[in-house]
Amino acid sequence: MEILNFLFEGFAIALTPFNIAMALAGCFIGTAVGMLPGIGPVNGIVVLIPLTFALGLPPESSIIMFAGIYYGSQYGNSISAILLNVPGTSAAVMTAMEGNAMTKKGRAGPALAMSAIASFFGGTVSIVALMLFAPALSKWAIRFGPAEYFALMVFAFSTLSSLSGKNLIKGLLATMMGLMLATVGLDPVSAVDRYTFGQLKLLDGLDFVVVVIGFFAINEILRYAENIHDQEVFTKLGRVMITAKEFAMSFWTMVRGAAIGFFVGVLPGAGGTIASFVAWTTEQRLVDRQGTFGTGDIRGVAAPEAANNASANGAMIPLLTLGVPGSETTAVMLGALLGMNITPGPLFIANNPTVFWGLIASMYVGNVLLLILNLPLVGIFVRILKVPGWFLMPAVVAVSFVAVYSVNNSPFDILLMAAFGIMGYLLYKTEFPLASVILGLVLGPLMENNLRRAMSLSDGDWTYLFSSPIAIGLWIAAIASLFLPLIIKRFGAASEISKEEVN
Amino acid sequence: MKTKKFLLILVVLLIMVLVAACAPAEEPPPPTQGEATQEEAAPAEEVSSAEEAAPAEEAAAGFTPGGVECIAPANPGGGWDWTCRSVGQTLSDVGLVDGTVKVTNMAGGGGGVAFANVVTQQNDNDNLLVAASPATTLRLAQGQYGEFTEDDVRWIGAVGADFAVITVAADSPYETLEDLITVLQEDPGSVNFGGGSAIGGQDHMKVMVLAQAAGIDPLTLKYTPFDGGGEAMTAMLGGFVDVFPGDVSEVLGQLEAGEIQVLATLTADPMGGMLEGVPTAKEQGYDAEWIVFRGFYGPGGMSDEAYNYWVNALGQMADSPEWEEQLQQGGLEKIVRLGPEFEPFVSTQITNFRQLSRDLGLIE
Repeated sequence: MEILNFLFEGFAIALTPFNIAMALAGCFIGTAVGMLPGIGPVNGIVVLIPLTFALGLPPESSIIMFAGIYYGSQYGNSISAILLNVPGTSAAVMTAMEGNAMTKKGRAGPALAMSAIASFFGGTVSIVALMLFAPALSKWAIRFGPAEYFALMVFAFSTLSSLSGKNLIKGLLATMMGLMLATVGLDPVSAVDRYTFGQLKLLDGLDFVVVVIGFFAINEILRYAENIHDQEVFTKLGRVMITAKEFAMSFWTMVRGAAIGFFVGVLPGAGGTIASFVAWTTEQRLVDRQGTFGTGDIRGVAAPEAANNASANGAMIPLLTLGVPGSETTAVMLGALLGMNITPGPLFIANNPTVFWGLIASMYVGNVLLLILNLPLVGIFVRILKVPGWFLMPAVVAVSFVAVYSVNNSPFDILLMAAFGIMGYLLYKTEFPLASVILGLVLGPLMENNLRRAMSLSDGDWTYLFSSPIAIGLWIAAIASLFLPLIIKRFGAASEISKEEVN
Repeated sequence: MKTKKFLLILVVLLIMVLVAACAPAEEPPPPTQGEATQEEAAPAEEVSSAEEAAPAEEAAAGFTPGGVECIAPANPGGGWDWTCRSVGQTLSDVGLVDGTVKVTNMAGGGGGVAFANVVTQQNDNDNLLVAASPATTLRLAQGQYGEFTEDDVRWIGAVGADFAVITVAADSPYETLEDLITVLQEDPGSVNFGGGSAIGGQDHMKVMVLAQAAGIDPLTLKYTPFDGGGEAMTAMLGGFVDVFPGDVSEVLGQLEAGEIQVLATLTADPMGGMLEGVPTAKEQGYDAEWIVFRGFYGPGGMSDEAYNYWVNALGQMADSPEWEEQLQQGGLEKIVRLGPEFEPFVSTQITNFRQLSRDLGLIE
């Protein structure tokens, strides 16, 4: 068992007191930056890079800390999502929807606990996968070309109706709005500007963070202001831990969420938002018998949380074995590694065994640390709900303003955020699903770019989109997911079919 | 009990706000006590080079830098960000700047947001450097920064450079640049080029410059843009595109592993290191060069004293061993063009790009 030998060596590195301290520091910073709306792991890592150079930290210690920040932030971003309906990143939108519904029912404790446990589960399962299959999976990621990405996006859209709630038309309209917003900015192919109204700051399109914070944080305070004279809504704290039954009920949800998250994470550019979204809609289709998803079903928290943690670990594969960063955070980590004279690429694992295996071992340690860090904190975090709303909500908005400003140092972003807040409020009042708008915005550019790349590469031949086994598989999955709910309804034989789809 | 909890939460929130305030990707964080001493210790060791630096201050009497800021007009992780951070750190390491250089990321419009900000709001800031590269000059040439032009700022200097390379997958049918050009001459549409920038952007321009040098109509080339060089290279490894015109720093990992091969470097002279033995395009008979310089511009209203100070300071920094080390870590070469030498370099480049973009039908 060569791998076990390597792993033991890895643990020998990861378990030195210094590296445990680095992992802990990373996890702690990660949880903190993840918790804050608008600020993500990328900010935390960028700030620390010069410090690691100045202190002359060995590469394995630095990467252990950076990775800790990265996956730690996936734990943190669910906290404000669940408690305040303010997702810190777009990857936490699904968690906000389901988790905050639980909070409103007085079940914030179990939602937070489940989120920590699912994050741990997703994180740990994906490290095992990362350890065993990293080189093989990099080959799989390479097989994803424009046609395959396009089919993946079609698959994601085919499941959108689950998000629509009662009114399918409104759901579709909301998605269209998201797609329209996605076209703002430079056309990625020809670099012609679209819908920018001569405003330079719109050339790069709308920043997800700005839209997400506007839609959720600003919208939330408007809703609070509306009910300001009513009774305090958030007073029930209820139970803090989840029950064994809830865990058992969510077990397979977490397994599937972790698997989906990991495979989506391996694809450069896909990332946590798509992972958490696909995991949630898949679960909604497979296990939601009573129609409780979206109204505070604990499995609806478990699925996206397991998925977004798994996708963060999956994203390490293209970073380390291809040298291709799949997200802003991994791009910064790539820069840091190059600065330490380590070149990520196909030879990375062979050339830097101490770094790779130390990192893997430290991820096991880090996830355990995060679980220990997060579970007891649940009891403290839920008390945030005890803070009077007249204080809490303005504080949240103040933090959001600072965060949004700090991302690009741009006052324009604050105005944009306010505008999206009002838009979000109006959409909420008219019962349009906000999550669909966000997903349209996130998926739109990926879908458009890949379709246009596919057409460019194939000289406009549409059959190119169906030209590989992976693409065909995804098209079949997309068609199945459109019609499966109808079939299930008709025959009522849900369980057999759902098992098939899992495979 | 209740007040205690309330206080606790207040403290938590305060910490949240504090972290938020420090977190923008700006500068080395306010370090804790122990870290601070170590950080300060680093420049202190460089007393000798700080002494060497003294003449610069004499040469530019009347200006002492303070509260220096470097704007990287993009998000963290790219070339501009690297330029600001590495130069900022080296400047303070060798004692040319007291304290640290604050790095501000101001992404947007391919550098246009930062450009507009500097021209309209910080036009007389003597302590401001902005990272620049051919991406800046190319966009200026194509008029993509709105009403602003290269004359609105002062071009300070370049201190390093990355180089363009023409790469193909290891199992590609093209083994030399000659093979590729021959196929292109017969049927230009049969080769899929894939790069990390949009149509008319750097990666596209590289292959068009090469095509022009080979007497092929550049507009007949088939170019597909991807989100960054990494994705374009992945697409090439997956067999979706045939040729990736990248930069040296982007391809090192795959080159080391033998997954890709470099057909030519678009440089004046052959390169060393991992690219030892790879001929330049010029050596193979095609006069095409693409130098990705890493440098700076400053505000148009910067005083002459400050401008001279920065020109001298960058020159001295570029000669320091610390800078050699930074270049090596970043996979770059040393190319120094300063002040009076840099300004004509930039204006010639922009004139060329403008003519080229016009010839190529990208602008009117």
